Amino acid sequence: MEQTEKKRLEEVSKKLRANILMMLTEAGSGHPGGSLSCIDILTYLFLKQMRYDPANPHWPERDRFVLSKGHAAPALYAVLSHVGYYSSNLLKTLRKLGSPLQGHPDSRKLPGVESSTGSLGQGISVAGGMALAAKMDKRPSRVYCLVGDGEIQEGLVWEAAMAIAHFKLDNFCLFVDNNGLQIDGLVDDVMNVYPIGEKFLSFGWQVLNIDGHDFDEIEKALEFFESNQGSGKPTAIVAKTVKGKCVSFMENKAQWHGVAPSRDDLMKALDELGCLESMEEWNAEEN
Amino acid sequence: MGEVLVATRDVYGKTLVEIGRENKNLVVLDADLSESTKTAMFAKEFPDRFFNFGIAEANMMCFAAGLALSGKVVFASSFAMFATLRPYEQIRNSIASQNLNVKIAATHSGVSVGEDGLSHQTVEDLAIMRVMPNMQIFVPADGIATAKIVKQAALCPGPVYIRLTRPKTEVIYDESYDFVIGKMHVIKDAPRADVGIIAIGTMVPNALKAARMLEEEGYSVIVADAASLKPLDRETVVRIAKSSRLVVTVEEHSIIGGLGGAVAEVLAEDFPAKLLRIGVMDVFGESGSPSALYKHFGLTPEDIFRKIFKQIR
Repeated sequence: MEQTEKKRLEEVSKKLRANILMMLTEAGSGHPGGSLSCIDILTYLFLKQMRYDPANPHWPERDRFVLSKGHAAPALYAVLSHVGYYSSNLLKTLRKLGSPLQGHPDSRKLPGVESSTGSLGQGISVAGGMALAAKMDKRPSRVYCLVGDGEIQEGLVWEAAMAIAHFKLDNFCLFVDNNGLQIDGLVDDVMNVYPIGEKFLSFGWQVLNIDGHDFDEIEKALEFFESNQGSGKPTAIVAKTVKGKCVSFMENKAQWHGVAPSRDDLMKALDELGCLESMEEWNAEEN
Repeated sequence: MGEVLVATRDVYGKTLVEIGRENKNLVVLDADLSESTKTAMFAKEFPDRFFNFGIAEANMMCFAAGLALSGKVVFASSFAMFATLRPYEQIRNSIASQNLNVKIAATHSGVSVGEDGLSHQTVEDLAIMRVMPNMQIFVPADGIATAKIVKQAALCPGPVYIRLTRPKTEVIYDESYDFVIGKMHVIKDAPRADVGIIAIGTMVPNALKAARMLEEEGYSVIVADAASLKPLDRETVVRIAKSSRLVVTVEEHSIIGGLGGAVAEVLAEDFPAKLLRIGVMDVFGESGSPSALYKHFGLTPEDIFRKIFKQIR
């Protein structure tokens, strides 16, 4: 990837991180850790990879993205707003009564949300149905899905993994957000899911291991996925990530799974990100 | 007069094929029971629109949601136990919450699945499906009703639960039967009656037989079929209660939360009336032939007659 392009993506993901933190502070609850760990992947997908039209969110030929780890909703909302699905003003309404930005994504309320998720394990399976429909209709649509590494403890994930390979859904690309932490602590302490890649391999998937914060690696993995069309095999990209990435006091801390930053935390975090001016913009925007 | 017996699941399979010929958007899913649920008939004619998920019902339901989100009309089938209680949360969070076009057609409901015993006998499905927002529930009383209901379900938007049974059941309707969502079918009417029986599914023929026995004893009886359990025809429930001394519900399901529960809710709110709920009395099933089980649970026409007679004589 060209350096200027990489720089641009890094700037966008920094801004989205700031938005995630401001949304969560405003809401007073929500999930910062896992939103920050997956935002680089979402940034690449929505800015560089996927085909969609915010003005025509139900365009049948579009690619789909399903956030199976629905608690990372702020990351999805931030990127959907950035690419033009709705005004960033709406981000201020996260988790408030009447808002389309529900605590977990709700497809009936917000365009760009392909399926309601939040109950873990279900998004990957629903996304499998979308990929199957695209194959049946001979549409070029690709289906991208993101699961958490803790999430794959759900048995349904493996039922879905079996079926997606069985039905030869090579239009399916799964990201595993491998930040290593879940609410109660380290994934391998709570319930060991490793080795992740080998498990998907044994179910008949193509597997890649990447750094989920490196846009070059994300790009290469997605190029591999594209080149894999026609193979009859779905692709799993196990992305090593850092929970709370880019905010020093949140990084690799399970306690930041589901706690919103205070105003002080937010200012510290924005300062670290070099995004203090985001707060002024956020405050200046009319409600 | 000989009874014509038809298995509702057979009609279900045939009707899917009929709909599939016209509606290319129809997709049928099963979880390793396609020979028993009769979706195999569809699979044979439309292999490209049939998918077998193996023994993984939760995954089948979520795939159904994804297919429906992509514009398909999906019928997902299994035995009632594995189509409702097992994947309940997936149905709630992925199908019903998004009001998707997924029709869950469950065979082998109630106690008449028989010898397999309690792990396969579903007497709770109507109760738990009824409490789910957006979910409509249709329970055909015979083969004729099954064909009409399955066709209606394919046309109406949103999720539907259709409850079918394993054994062959008596045909009570003819082609003039009309299924209307939200309406009861009053089979036997009277301006004033001693008893108003509201029955559902397999118990409609038994209720009709019990009604005949009551009539032989000189009582007048109303019999209604609540095939549209949700939405329920509240108006007709109240009308029956107003015209009868005793309201009776009859179902091959727990008396808690199903038809009896639904009718009790309407009566308590709109027209308090004396109610007798006949069904499975808050117990699990056990192995036995369907006819032995009907006797065991007090669901035969004679049992229904006796229970009502005891209350009104």
